[in-house]
Amino acid sequence: MENISGSIKKKDHEAKINGSALYVDDHVMGGMLYGRLLHSAKAKARITKIILPELPEGYLIVDKNDVTGVNRVAIIIHDTPVYADDAVEYIGEPILMVVGPDNQVVEKILHKIVVVYEEQIPVLDMLTSDTVFFDYKYTKGDMDKALAEADRVFIETFQTGYQEQAYLETQGLIAYPQDGRMTVRGSMQCPYYVHSAVANAIGCEGKDVQIIQDVTGGGFGGKEAFPSILACQVAVAAKKANKPVKVIFNRREDMEFTSKRHPSLSTYKVAIKNGEITGMDIDVLFNSGAYTTLSAVVLQRGLICANGVYRIDNLRVGGRAVKTNTVPCGAYRGFGAPQTFFAVEMIMDHIAKEMGLDSLELKEKYMVKQGDSTSTSGKYHFHVPLPEMIQRIDELTDYRAKRKQYQQQIGRYRKGIGLSMFFHGCGFTGSGERDIIKAVAKIRKNPDNTVEILASNSDIGQGLKTTFCKIVADTLGISYDQVYIDNPDTDRVPDSGPTVASRSLMTVGGLLQRAAEKLKKEWQDGKEQVIEEHFVEPDFVIPFNLKNFSGDAYPTYSWSVNAIEVEVDTLTAMTKILGAWGIFDVGVPIDMNIVVGQMEGGFLQGIGYASMEQMDYNDKGIIRNNSFSDYIIPTAVDVPNLVAEMMNNPYTHGPYGAKGAGELPLVGAAPAYVEAMENALGANLNKVPFTPEDAMKILQGVNT
Amino acid sequence: MMINFILNDQKVASTAKANERLLDILRTEFACTGVKCGCKEGECGACSVILDGRLVNSCMVAMGHVEGCTVMTIEGYRKTERFAALDTSYASVSAVQCGFCMPGMVLASECILAKNPNPTEAEIREGISGNLCRCTGYNAIVQAISIAAKEGEGLW
Repeated sequence: MENISGSIKKKDHEAKINGSALYVDDHVMGGMLYGRLLHSAKAKARITKIILPELPEGYLIVDKNDVTGVNRVAIIIHDTPVYADDAVEYIGEPILMVVGPDNQVVEKILHKIVVVYEEQIPVLDMLTSDTVFFDYKYTKGDMDKALAEADRVFIETFQTGYQEQAYLETQGLIAYPQDGRMTVRGSMQCPYYVHSAVANAIGCEGKDVQIIQDVTGGGFGGKEAFPSILACQVAVAAKKANKPVKVIFNRREDMEFTSKRHPSLSTYKVAIKNGEITGMDIDVLFNSGAYTTLSAVVLQRGLICANGVYRIDNLRVGGRAVKTNTVPCGAYRGFGAPQTFFAVEMIMDHIAKEMGLDSLELKEKYMVKQGDSTSTSGKYHFHVPLPEMIQRIDELTDYRAKRKQYQQQIGRYRKGIGLSMFFHGCGFTGSGERDIIKAVAKIRKNPDNTVEILASNSDIGQGLKTTFCKIVADTLGISYDQVYIDNPDTDRVPDSGPTVASRSLMTVGGLLQRAAEKLKKEWQDGKEQVIEEHFVEPDFVIPFNLKNFSGDAYPTYSWSVNAIEVEVDTLTAMTKILGAWGIFDVGVPIDMNIVVGQMEGGFLQGIGYASMEQMDYNDKGIIRNNSFSDYIIPTAVDVPNLVAEMMNNPYTHGPYGAKGAGELPLVGAAPAYVEAMENALGANLNKVPFTPEDAMKILQGVNT
Repeated sequence: MMINFILNDQKVASTAKANERLLDILRTEFACTGVKCGCKEGECGACSVILDGRLVNSCMVAMGHVEGCTVMTIEGYRKTERFAALDTSYASVSAVQCGFCMPGMVLASECILAKNPNPTEAEIREGISGNLCRCTGYNAIVQAISIAAKEGEGLW
């Protein structure tokens, strides 16, 4: 492995382990007020009247009438109100904020407010939605011909549920006016997203807004767009109060009312002729919830990944993100891909069974290799390491032998093993990086020869401070201690784009490497020097056209093969995970410990998604699993045998050969787990999460 | 009435009501912001403190219960030699990611090792199973604790 991959003490280790790191809720400002939101109790209603109690001195109510700019949050489409107008579209929609010096008094006032609703019938089932937010379609080859000529057409629908990010630190922000400007600080991934949203909501110029990221206790996508919404609400309150206002969500509020992974329904029609798969006709439905937020781009990624890692010559892919009166969904690690990868891996498995093959045999026959065409008629420009990954998984797990051995089982305890293969397209989908983000990053050498990194990407636990500093120090040939990076503050750092899409290290890290190369050449001892670099699209990229989904959706891909082995107690349906193995290619790891930590953490999140993270709403549209007591995430004893190994497959255009790492490990856990459950239960399965309750239903069905 | 207890080796007195949460009082009255609030229902362990030698979720402890007790938070624990050993072992495997669970996780590590200086992997996992971490997948944390057990020979 490369020199740079050796591990080093993380830049943020000390402050975080000794408890001195200050997260947003740890900050107290002079004269600071506390805010709590009043959330809609109805899924769809007109607000006819709000009856307020008499307010004690120093307390105030903030609502839509206080929005001095536009009462809409700038995300992609500006449809999310800062505060509800006269109608509410989901349970939890913020109507107003109570603000005051004592949090307990604020709480009491909140409980005394009476909202009179004129209820309407909400749309809760995405199948009955009458509003399509986004509708995309693309084709490759001739699907109609493939269907017409098919010997048989295999049809199946797959379902995936919500997933809650469950970052340990809940959402929270502080806003304060100062010298005619508005500052917002707190827990977030993307300071510049928050920056434009706040300017738009309070109606001022960008220069009058400052956004500072505080130490952030995890995000996983949940702090991509949501902080923009909360920031507008808090900034409006701080402007009205003319004092600092802090809002920290409690856990139930956070779980019920902030964005989560889109539930999905995917229907696959697969044409088969002479024992060959000749085409896939795929229809995908995402529940967007009440507002659009990031659904357009989540759906795009889901659709581009819909045929998995397979070479399918005839392809018709269509998908819609539809409105329902439920909590708006948004970004979550994997961003639309875990949903469709689950579906395509399962359909391959089910087709294989029909053909009398093992799913791996069928998958191997169709998996892509370097030079092949992508779903969007782009190209896999670089080596696809799937064959050696499969070989390694087989060495580690004895997959092929076990799979056969587990076909026929009797007795109380039954085992199963499953395998998935998948990729994560690195960076923004399509030409977003080139046309919209246009990332800028800087490094500044100080007179004392220390070097500061200036970028808007945030370290939310993924180790970016450390990896950025390693790249710059190594390129300059100076000590790691000489290079430093503070949390982004929009007054100080250029817009190098958001911390999303597995792009930060690959794209912005690349800019930093270039800047460091330049500084090395121009280095002058004792002088201040600033180097700025701008994003340039690699020249090999086939331009992407979103209108017909053609070209390279991503410059390159991170690859992985996962295997999971389970043991099911057929009496209780309780399932033990005997082992979970992941082989991951994220290019050259810029610090092995950090990359292994990302892979293990993401893989376990994926196993949670597959097996236990059940979230749903009731017939009124209320999320039922709104606490860590009801929504169970894995603990240290749940998957004690998780193994993550790296495969070094350098990316020529990434810094030191690195590519996207953050999202990959979550994408393939669900199909590997559910395949293992199928293997153990001897049934075809088509949903995640697949919980012990689901297993019990299958077992009872089998037994009766 | 004042509630008297020992916080990080210092005698302190709080004016809190008996039904207030230890978590809130530690954070607001004693500025122990290393005690983190993750769920306020005893599920996540981010607010773990050591109360009379036992690991507890401070969100589940009423102030009335604390009278006469000894409370250790990360602010006190970080001054100890045992902390230094854990600090080194956690750093060596880069076990710290977002860090929000870390103060609680470190105190849980202390309680595991205080009870058994040579725990098995299963015992370590059991010992931190009340502390949620959404970032790491736990392997690095488990490794860090077993390294501390080995390298910190004699400390526990």
